[in-house]
Amino acid sequence: MNDITQGLLAALRLIVTFDAELWEISLRSLKVSLTAVTIASAVAMPFGAFLAVQRFKYRRLVISIMNALMGLPPVVVGLIFYILLSRSGPFGVFGLLFTPWAMIIVQIVIITPLIASISHQAMRELWAEYHDLLISLNTSKWQRIKTLVWDGRRNLLTAGLAGFGRAIGEVGAIMIVGGNIENATRVLTTAIALETGKGDFALALGLGFVLIGLALFVNILIHWLSRTEREGRW
Amino acid sequence: MIRHLLFAGLFFSANFLQADVLKLAVTSSFENSGLADVLLPEIEADLELDVQLLVVGTGQALRLGEAGDVDAILVHSRASEEAFVAEGFGTYRREIMYNDFVLIGPKTDQAQISVTSGAAESMQRIADAQATYVSRGDDSGTHKAELKIWQIAEREPATFGSWYNAVGAGMGAALNTASALNAYIISDRASWLNFKNKGDLKLLFAGDPVLFNQYAYLPVNPVKHPTVQYEMALEIEEWLVSDKAAGLINNFKINGQTLFVFNGQPSR
Amino acid sequence: MFPLNLVDLSVRRRGKLVLGPIDLVIDQGGPTMVIGPNGSGKTTLLRVMHGIERISEGAADWAKPDHANHSYVFQSPVVLRRSVAENLSYPLHLVKFTKLEINAAVEYWIERIGLGKVANRSAACLSGGERQKLAIARALIRGPEVLFLDEPCSNLDGQSTREIETLLLETAIAGTRVIMATHDMGQARRLAADVIFMKSGRIAETGLAPVVFNAPKTPDLQAFLKGDILE
Repeated sequence: MNDITQGLLAALRLIVTFDAELWEISLRSLKVSLTAVTIASAVAMPFGAFLAVQRFKYRRLVISIMNALMGLPPVVVGLIFYILLSRSGPFGVFGLLFTPWAMIIVQIVIITPLIASISHQAMRELWAEYHDLLISLNTSKWQRIKTLVWDGRRNLLTAGLAGFGRAIGEVGAIMIVGGNIENATRVLTTAIALETGKGDFALALGLGFVLIGLALFVNILIHWLSRTEREGRW
Repeated sequence: MIRHLLFAGLFFSANFLQADVLKLAVTSSFENSGLADVLLPEIEADLELDVQLLVVGTGQALRLGEAGDVDAILVHSRASEEAFVAEGFGTYRREIMYNDFVLIGPKTDQAQISVTSGAAESMQRIADAQATYVSRGDDSGTHKAELKIWQIAEREPATFGSWYNAVGAGMGAALNTASALNAYIISDRASWLNFKNKGDLKLLFAGDPVLFNQYAYLPVNPVKHPTVQYEMALEIEEWLVSDKAAGLINNFKINGQTLFVFNGQPSR
Repeated sequence: MFPLNLVDLSVRRRGKLVLGPIDLVIDQGGPTMVIGPNGSGKTTLLRVMHGIERISEGAADWAKPDHANHSYVFQSPVVLRRSVAENLSYPLHLVKFTKLEINAAVEYWIERIGLGKVANRSAACLSGGERQKLAIARALIRGPEVLFLDEPCSNLDGQSTREIETLLLETAIAGTRVIMATHDMGQARRLAADVIFMKSGRIAETGLAPVVFNAPKTPDLQAFLKGDILE
């Protein structure tokens, strides 16, 4: 219990004194995870909608694989991308290893199935509701996807926030491809791992509380901006 | 949309500004000591370049060097280093400094290792008493040093029972486990001095020459990996064996104790 | 686009014949009421005519398919998760009407169905009768030549039913071809110009309303009009 109190105090101290390193790694955490969520959502959400409205031969198989990929162990993804991005590897020439972009890439790979899965579920339910009407109105495939995505946007937002939560708390993959380099690829989660390894639990917990606060803040901000809980709306 | 593209562009361009950046893989024991925080700013100021440290285990550092993902490595495992050079991944090894390993254990010291004829005898006592012990178990320099001592002590780790815990983790994590289990453990002195979660553990034995721990610097071979920053790696190497480095290293203290002994040869 | 020809048409679901064989010609006129016991295929027939049901055998073809402009109202109204006004304008956005045209059309129809006060509120707030009126207005907003309705008043109270029937009569008079399935024999009598009577997936009898209701030819229809349960 004492450790937790120490942790809370450490968190407060870091925040109140505007600790420069804390700001730097927090901002980097946000940049990496928000970029990953944006790109992943741009791919996953229309894909989820597409899977809901388009019948094709292996659709059930694709849906099963997509759901199964949610269970991809992040550290394995990190390892695979280390090998791919290494100088000795096929994509080494891009020089992405040990940069924030490598971290963004692995996070995209990890969270896309999650966002796609939740989006698909939401789109599927909405499609069941709209199906008769949209077919009756002779809508094109693209018009259907646009309508579902717009009307289902609140559920899609949930999918996006789920992806964000997963990304900002991830540590295994980004440790391997990012390298936790000070002033370059260190983020909140890898810093926590580092301080834990040094036995400095108070600081690690402090950083942990900052991370929790950050994640909560982003969630609350998004919900407030989209006025999700306003009365009389869907 | 435009904003996102600009954002992406900025991120990407950051990669191309890597001209004067060198990636150096170092072992966690070196970083944990705090010596890196002393040396690095001096290196960056004197040589006007940006050194990015990757703090990993010895095994991973060697692997990164083999792949050409770093420009040089600083590790402490002579046999592995010589193999690294022999296989052509590194051009040569340059000794920089040494520190020592220490034996840590519960302050009650049931196995009575603190007054013995040497490290090997202390380890024998631990094995014979079957006292709880934590090993790095990760093929790191520290782990290999531990195995060497077991060999001298004529004890075989493969035969050890559940009192022997191979955690497969870095020095800090292993110390945490030892603290939680109140177990014996070999650590490098620097990591131990900096460790903040000592619990009931105490430094019980030190000083035997077999516990000395040599650090060496190995530039990655540019023939194998033309993209490595070989010139910069050599500049850093020269700096590390300079008088200035010698002074900083020999005078580096934790709680008034010196840790490292500089033994680099100034000219090649 | 008339006439619509249904030629030797059948619909099977999971191997079971649910509709057909049907031969039918739909031309100008109406309103046409489709009556018959539950499970006789009324809904399926309407869906086939509208083109949202897969045909197993035979064909259903408009004379000029490119000009086919027809709408459908479902038994359970489908409302989009948007405001009342946005529901109405949705079909117009699909075919890229201009903003001015859309606003004019929405204003007109929203007054016509009496939902002016709730134009910007979520359609979820509407009652059953209001939703169905919204669905009908939305179906009419593009000026279709044919309006199919599948038992639109089956779950509604008397007042809503009356308002909808008035709206449908006005629509028919304005020239829209109305084809409607109904359960309510009173409603059939009130609205029909001609009748299609269905039993067991086939068309059992057709004819002008006064003839069908006063002098039914087939025994099945006679029994049905009397109120018997048909097997």
